[in-house]
Amino acid sequence: MKLRIKYTKTGVLRFIGHLDIMRLFQKAIRRAKLDVAYSKGFSPHQIISFAAPMPLGMTSEGEYFDGDFVSVTSTEDMMNRLNDTMPEGVKVLDIVELEEGAKPSMSVVSASDYYIYKNDECTNDYLQQLIDSLADFMTQEKIEIMKKTKSKEEMSDIKPGIYKLENKDDGIYMLLASGSVLNLKPELVIEALCKYSGLVYNRYDYMVHRLETYMGERNNLQSLITAGKRF
Amino acid sequence: MTKLALPERILMNIDKPARYIGNEVNIVKKDLSNIDLRIAMCFPDVYEIGMSYLGLQILYDMFNKREDTYCERVFSPWPDLDKIMREEDIKLFTLETQSPIMDMDMLGITIQYEMCYTNILQILDLSGMPLYAKERTKGMPIVIGGGPCTVNPEPIADFFDLFYLGEGETSYDELLELIKVYKSTDMDKEAFLKQASKVPGIYVPSMYIVDYNQDGTVKEITTKYDDIPKTIKRQVVTDFSQVTYPLAPVVPYIKATQDRVVLEIMRGCIRGCRFCQAGMIYRPTRQKDVEMLKNYARAMLDNTGYEEISLSSLSSSDYESLDELLTYLISLRDEDHVNVSLPSLRIDAFSLDVMSKVQDIKKSSLTFAAEAGTQRLRNVINKGITEEDILNGSREAFIGGWDKVKLYFMLGLPTETDKDLLGIAELAEKISEVYFDVVPKEKRNGRVMINASASYFVPKPFTPFQWAPMILPDEFTRRAYYVKDSFMQQKNKKSLKFTYHDAYISILEGVLARGDRRLSKTIYDVYKKGAIFDAWTEYFDMDRYKDTFAENNVDIEFYTARERETTEVLPWDHLDAGVSKNFLIKEWEKAKNETVTPNCRMNCAGCGSAVYGGGVCFEAKN
Ligand code: SF4
Repeated sequence: MKLRIKYTKTGVLRFIGHLDIMRLFQKAIRRAKLDVAYSKGFSPHQIISFAAPMPLGMTSEGEYFDGDFVSVTSTEDMMNRLNDTMPEGVKVLDIVELEEGAKPSMSVVSASDYYIYKNDECTNDYLQQLIDSLADFMTQEKIEIMKKTKSKEEMSDIKPGIYKLENKDDGIYMLLASGSVLNLKPELVIEALCKYSGLVYNRYDYMVHRLETYMGERNNLQSLITAGKRF
Repeated sequence: MTKLALPERILMNIDKPARYIGNEVNIVKKDLSNIDLRIAMCFPDVYEIGMSYLGLQILYDMFNKREDTYCERVFSPWPDLDKIMREEDIKLFTLETQSPIMDMDMLGITIQYEMCYTNILQILDLSGMPLYAKERTKGMPIVIGGGPCTVNPEPIADFFDLFYLGEGETSYDELLELIKVYKSTDMDKEAFLKQASKVPGIYVPSMYIVDYNQDGTVKEITTKYDDIPKTIKRQVVTDFSQVTYPLAPVVPYIKATQDRVVLEIMRGCIRGCRFCQAGMIYRPTRQKDVEMLKNYARAMLDNTGYEEISLSSLSSSDYESLDELLTYLISLRDEDHVNVSLPSLRIDAFSLDVMSKVQDIKKSSLTFAAEAGTQRLRNVINKGITEEDILNGSREAFIGGWDKVKLYFMLGLPTETDKDLLGIAELAEKISEVYFDVVPKEKRNGRVMINASASYFVPKPFTPFQWAPMILPDEFTRRAYYVKDSFMQQKNKKSLKFTYHDAYISILEGVLARGDRRLSKTIYDVYKKGAIFDAWTEYFDMDRYKDTFAENNVDIEFYTARERETTEVLPWDHLDAGVSKNFLIKEWEKAKNETVTPNCRMNCAGCGSAVYGGGVCFEAKN
């Protein structure tokens, strides 16, 4: 049976890298005694896969992974068992059973939304300035920024990846393309905003929080959890 | 949620910030308002190494079982953070509550290898306390060292208030009660130290005065007051079935060196190899009950979620219920996908069968710690393995499908000659011949690989070789080349490989292992010049050490290359590790006569460890 698990990563666990979060779940699944499926061979591993890698420093309340299970109990029971063994900062929010033939989360992710805000850990004080520039910023025809990949650096227009960018409370809300087709990191948007306002970009001036991960077309985005049903 | 000691800006700028945030699964949390005694347990190396060390988890668990005590952990900040902490004057903190080390009542440092000595100073320094114990006043944490290096802690004696000799599970309570009194009354530090020196196993270096002869050797070691014990006896757990063990060890987020459950099955070793300090100082050999171990294994796997388990002991093949334990672990593997990581085992039908069940034969290799190339030299070092054992084991393994063999040797063992060196290559050649002999052509996929590696023999205190000279680095290099050349002359040289370790780290280890108190100054100076993480080749700088030794008029060869008389007062003579000096002298003589000593189970050699009243010394009599 294929399950999709939604979880949060908050607090100090933002300093745990993506691979280590996977390791955390592998151990938690064993502690919780969930009947996960294993691969064959001399060093069998759990058949689980994570939706989208999450950079160090980011918090989230919309993370996902899929897993193959040999047997299951109920959404509630499995959630409780996992949450009882989780460290502070990771909480399982939902578990659904995927429909037959559902594509793995990794391949369906199409967008994510984020909230950018300032807390007392953050050093700078110009978020308001960025907020004030949002409307003007989006009127630009192209939003060009240097994008670094492993092999090269090149200017690229990130505007097509910005689905929404607006002020919310004391921070910035953004809905961005995410996944294998088009992927835009929130940091790049902030960097572009800083550049636009003539400010020096510094990652540590903001907290970045992912709200949800979506699948589907831009005009019909749905949370990854909608691919299955509670049981 | 805990407020972190380091700000976002720093954590996001250093490698693996998870090393510094605590909050792992199974950490102990306590309400500080109910706590009388705060302890920081430190492993002076990077988090991933320290967290892999069982002893730290044992003490953490044991201290935290006391209701009035809260024990937290601290490790060496990696050089990237070290630099930032110095620049910004950030004080070192514990992981659990992220509190300054200076807020602790006791800082316990486990000292596993000599190369961490500068890291100890880093810990004290970053905590914001004076490095020299005598400059630390009441109100600062009591700094106590433990672990194998404490059998001769003299080179770092000036930096510690106390050392704990032996196994921590035995008498820490008495010391902790004393610290509580010290803390809550007007007892001054000297009175405390004097009092502490009377606790069994506690060595207070400042209570002992060392005088030297003209020639630089130790003249005598006297006590500062008359009522201080003349010798300090290493503490040993005798009832090994009752000893405390952490069934829910802390599980790191980042991958530690030991990313698995570690089950200690036995302490001590019956073999008595003459070069091996662990085999001498953990006597007598004590085994854990196999039923208890099965329960522990299950509980620890359940509590941590690890997918792998390994066994810890000095010589697992000597654990008498090994078959039963491994059979059980393999059943867990089948039921519950637990990987079993095997310790190195004596190669026989049983171990090959077990190995074939838990490892991919094609990827795994056989390991033989031959240590020396000829039977003569193996007799000198009392290494019980024979050429026949190795060839027979290899034959069976080759028939079973293995085609990789690892051989471990030491260069520079007492009495070693070029003939012994040649023997290393010849042994490797013979093993490869066995392969071509027993494996028909059509079954050979790829080539048999015999990998031999050699390390530099370092004489250690409380071994029969504590009086032996260490060869000079140039001679080590010559011998290593000699072996390498001999490998090239073998018929099957394409299947043979020889590598050897870097000489300089061993030289320093040699100085520190048998060093005396006068070395504290050098360690202090070299640290002040920036030495930390000396156990890491990328940070170790031998020239910096050489210069500092020279500035302090320390003659390296005085400590390494000199053969000591058995009448010489050794810097650790006031410490008693269990094995008697008489026994060690006898063994040193027997070594020179190429005579072997049977193991403890075959015939007790009367080493002196029977006074502890437990373990193998009494097995036959039960
Ligand atoms: S007293 Fe005998 S049996 Fe006991 S550890 Fe020493 S040599 Fe072995």
